[in-house]
Formats: sequence, structure tokens, C-alpha cells
Amino acid sequence: MSTIRIPPVLRETVGGSRTLSASGGTVAEVLDDLFASYPALRDRVTEDGELSRFVNVYVNDRDVRYRDGLATAVGEEDTVILLPAMAGGCR
Amino acid sequence: MGSSPDLVAAIGNTPMVELRRLAPSSGVRIFAKLEGANPSGSLKDRIARAMIDEARASGALRPGQTILEPSSGNTGISLAMIGALLGHPVRIVLPDNTTVERSQLLRLYGAEIISSPGAEGSNGAIRLAQQLAEADPELFMPYQYGNEANPRAHEEGTGPEILAVVPETDVFVAGLGTGGTLTGVGRYLKRMRSGVRIVAAEPLPGEKLQGLRSLDEGFVPPVLDESLLDDRYLVSYRDAVIGLRSLLQVEGIFAGLSSGAVIHVALRVAAEMSTGNVVLLLADGGWKYLSAGLWTRDLDELDDELQGSILW
Repeated sequence: MSTIRIPPVLRETVGGSRTLSASGGTVAEVLDDLFASYPALRDRVTEDGELSRFVNVYVNDRDVRYRDGLATAVGEEDTVILLPAMAGGCR
Repeated sequence: MGSSPDLVAAIGNTPMVELRRLAPSSGVRIFAKLEGANPSGSLKDRIARAMIDEARASGALRPGQTILEPSSGNTGISLAMIGALLGHPVRIVLPDNTTVERSQLLRLYGAEIISSPGAEGSNGAIRLAQQLAEADPELFMPYQYGNEANPRAHEEGTGPEILAVVPETDVFVAGLGTGGTLTGVGRYLKRMRSGVRIVAAEPLPGEKLQGLRSLDEGFVPPVLDESLLDDRYLVSYRDAVIGLRSLLQVEGIFAGLSSGAVIHVALRVAAEMSTGNVVLLLADGGWKYLSAGLWTRDLDELDDELQGSILW
């Protein structure tokens, strides 16, 4: 099982949890496993089967959009981080 | 090099230094562009000058007109310095959880500070500035997040400066804030050199800064062209501080927090290469972060505290 970190803005859709566990070998499989338990999460994170533009997904510290997207591999020990797109950095 | 007619003309042409002690192998060379050498102390001098020059030339900014901008520090300080020299009063919307040095510098340059709630992060400062600008047509807002002069300053300045010194640049690493640096330098490098990789280092926001009420408040800066990026890494405050300390201890470079994140990512990328040149951009010096104790305090203690502040 890999670990999923849920940002505060999405916690209401998962009963308040900060982290969850889910199984799957890719980001898509891990997310589907989560969506099966928390259907409300699906509409917040995806749009027409793609990642919403305002959510960034990372496997450990790398943004999956610049790797293989939803097909990016996820290992048992990996952490998947969901984050809202925000203005950050050196402004 | 001759003298500059004034401080604004002295912006850019910053030093490039090879980091031979931090490079992981002899085949991979790492070069750092020291943007802290700009007149007000950061890379933002470049975009502040470009945005003001363009607005004055187009008439969008009239002589003596007041400039308003949301900024967690560097852009505001640059605008304040240039505004003071060119006769524009400057007002900066600054989140109230940044280091004290930023408000000190802004006041020294004569800027007025409008505080925004720190818990709302940079997004909150942007919203407040937009409301103020809408309510008062006398204010001119450059709006670094959506102003094309921002990436253009890097496409026409920073990018050519990099290739002039490191013509065989293979990877460029910079911090992601407005996206102006990565977009502008990325455009130039990709046009001039095929196969170059553009890599972003972005801060992992602390829990307290993730307090958006809904995802609709999420924000992708209009100037960021995500199609130019080849990789994007999330960097924790802890790793950024460790990077910051190694820059000082190993290479003698006293830099700001985003530079710690950038060196962290650059070393990761360099470790996966056997040969090649990595160029990274160190956005500012360490001066504005001294009060935060980044170099001296216990790492665990620091990590807890940084979760709620905006340091880069």
C-alpha cells in the first residue's frame, strides 16, 4: 500500500483524514482505489478522466505531469501527494 | 566594465560561479548565477525594471502615478527602489508572516506597506491587491503574475547571459514562483539549444498555508508556460534549509531560502547525469532571512516554525 497525503482543502471529502493508504501500481490505480472509498474526491481531483488543472499530484517529490501523468508508476513505499495549485515561490 | 548612468542601468549581468566543491562527479559541472548581486539584492530587479519601462513607454503608467503590487518581498523591494528613482510612489501588499527585513527594506526605499493575512499566503495578497486596484483607478498594478514583461526580461536578459557564459547548458534549474524565470529563460534556451531541460523547484507549502477554502481559489500564474518545463520537484523547507547551509559551508555562498531548494534539486538532477552542465539561478542573498535563523537554529525547531511563514 502506498501513502496518500490529502491537503486541507480536500479533507472534507475523505472524512477529515490527513493521510490515507491505497493500493495500485500507477497513479490512476491508486486514485481509483481512493475514489472507490471516497466518491466525492473524484470530482475534485479529476475532470473528464484527466487531472484537474488546479490539482498537482506528486509521487514522492516529482510532479507526475512531467513524468507519465496518471500512468506514472507508484511503489509500495512511495508517497503520493495531492496539492492545490497555489501561488508560491519567490514572488 | 564602465560605470552605469544610474542604479537601474546596473541591473543584470550578474556573476556566474562554478560550484566545483558541490558537483557530484568530475563529468558534471554545476554553475550558479548569483542574482543577489543585483542592486536591490534579487533577480526581481530585472522584471521590475522591465514592467515599469514597458508601462511608461506605453503610457499605462503616467509620470508620478502610484504603483501597487502584491509581493511577499523581492518584487516589492525592486519596485520600491526603481519607483523612488523614477518618481513613482509605491504601495506593496505584503503577507504579514514574512521576515521583518522585507518590511524594513520596503520602508527604507519609501514604499507604503499594506498587510494581508499571512494564512492566505501569496494568493491572499494577490486578491487584496486586485480589490484595491479595482477600487482606485489612480493606481497602476504591474501584476507580475500576469505581465508578459516578466518572462520577457528573462528571455531577453537572463537567458542570453547564461548561454554567453555556459554555451553548452544541458539543464537549467530555478525556483517556481510567478513562473517568469522558468518561462523566459526556458523559451530562450529551448530556442537556442535543442535538448536542454528546464527543471522547476517549488516549495512544499506548510499546512497553515494550504488553507484555501476551495480548489477554485487555486491559482496557476498566467505567465507560467507549463509546456516548457521538463520536470518539477517539490522541496520541503527542511531540504531547502539543508541546501542553504551546504551552499554556505561548502561553497561560501550566502543565499536566500529558495536557493537552498534550487541547489537541492540541482544536486538530485546532477547525480543522475554522467556528463553535462547544470546551470542554476540563485534568486537572492541571505540578508533578508537572517532574522529567521536559517543558518543557526535547530533544524526540527525551524521546520515547525517555517510551516506557517512565507519565506520564498
